Amino acid sequence: MYLADVAALTRKDLRVELRARDTLPAMLLFVVSTLVVFHFALPEGTGDAAAYGLLWVAIVFTALLGLARAWVPEHEHGVLDGLVLAPSDRSAIWLGKTLATLAFLVAAQTVALPLFVLFFAPLDATAIAGVLLADIGICAVGSLMAAMAAAGRSRELLLPLLVLPLAIPLVIGGVGAAVSPEAERYLLLLALYDGVFAVLSWASFEYVVTE
Amino acid sequence: MIRGRGLEKRYGRRRVLAGTDFAVPAGGFATVTGPNGSGKTTLLRLVAGLIVPTRGVLEVNVERAQIGYLAHEPLVYRELTALENLELFGRLYRLVERRERIGMLLERFSLWDARNERVSTYSRGMTQRLALCRALLHDPQLILLDEPFSALDDAGATLLDRELEALAGEHTLVVATHDPQRVARLTTMSVALA
Repeated sequence: MYLADVAALTRKDLRVELRARDTLPAMLLFVVSTLVVFHFALPEGTGDAAAYGLLWVAIVFTALLGLARAWVPEHEHGVLDGLVLAPSDRSAIWLGKTLATLAFLVAAQTVALPLFVLFFAPLDATAIAGVLLADIGICAVGSLMAAMAAAGRSRELLLPLLVLPLAIPLVIGGVGAAVSPEAERYLLLLALYDGVFAVLSWASFEYVVTE
Repeated sequence: MIRGRGLEKRYGRRRVLAGTDFAVPAGGFATVTGPNGSGKTTLLRLVAGLIVPTRGVLEVNVERAQIGYLAHEPLVYRELTALENLELFGRLYRLVERRERIGMLLERFSLWDARNERVSTYSRGMTQRLALCRALLHDPQLILLDEPFSALDDAGATLLDRELEALAGEHTLVVATHDPQRVARLTTMSVALA
């Protein structure tokens, strides 16, 4: 029953995005233009390590862009009140939103990562695994923070302030997975982060959407 | 069914519902009246459990699943059709025979022909009728209606009159309105907010 609710809520988000086209085109445009600007801005002979760092700048800010739009449909017509009143488990609302945001981020990266390889440096399986694990973490934490920020008045300002400090371990893990000879340790760090913060976000969502 | 004692809600320094007392028995029809800013919407949101009082005690002896709430906002997705919105909420409310119930409500509120159109293309009156469908979808015991006649044309308002008549007595209704005369013959008690 719980998973059916999550599936229905995720499907709803994908359908809304498919029709409104508010989030994914903005994310794609941002990540592609960022990589193009970096391509021309970086001097010749810049090392791969710097390029991986820039990839993570692009990933984190693209995710922020998606998260900033994540709860807009719920706040437009007060739909969140309707969802909160339904007898289903309220954490299903968070999980549905997290999965939908993750789908948008992964979709943006299916364009961004090949472009990165074309412009800058190769990405091996470990680096891609690092990106996927970091995606899960940033969407899990970010969906909760975006719900908190959306309830406030200055959500555009509040969201980066809440998410960026929490994204630091993900950036460290992601870059480490791409450049370190001990990449597995960084993948483990990312997996641990995902597990801990997903459980915390899942458990605390109810308190964010109710008084 | 609902009992509030000394209810008060603060929004920053602003205080609404300064020590309001009220009680609505099961099957009662209560109208909540008062000028703008007196706390009618706040009272309904408190009863719905969407907010908690700053002071006072509120007892609502009904499960969350048995509350139907019509707010100022329609609480439906603009980019989904009427059918998709009601399907989603019907699923979340675990309705058995969901399709039949949705079809019946859309027919009753004259939205059947527009069921596959996006809400963003609806007029304000059609959106309000859809919001009523959503609030009544799960046949709730306790129905909270915030200005239900707003944006409805004559035909829509007559339709709602008939609906309220059918619901009164069998369900508990709390209706916040600027026009208490419209529901005067159904009203069993009034809560006047200052």
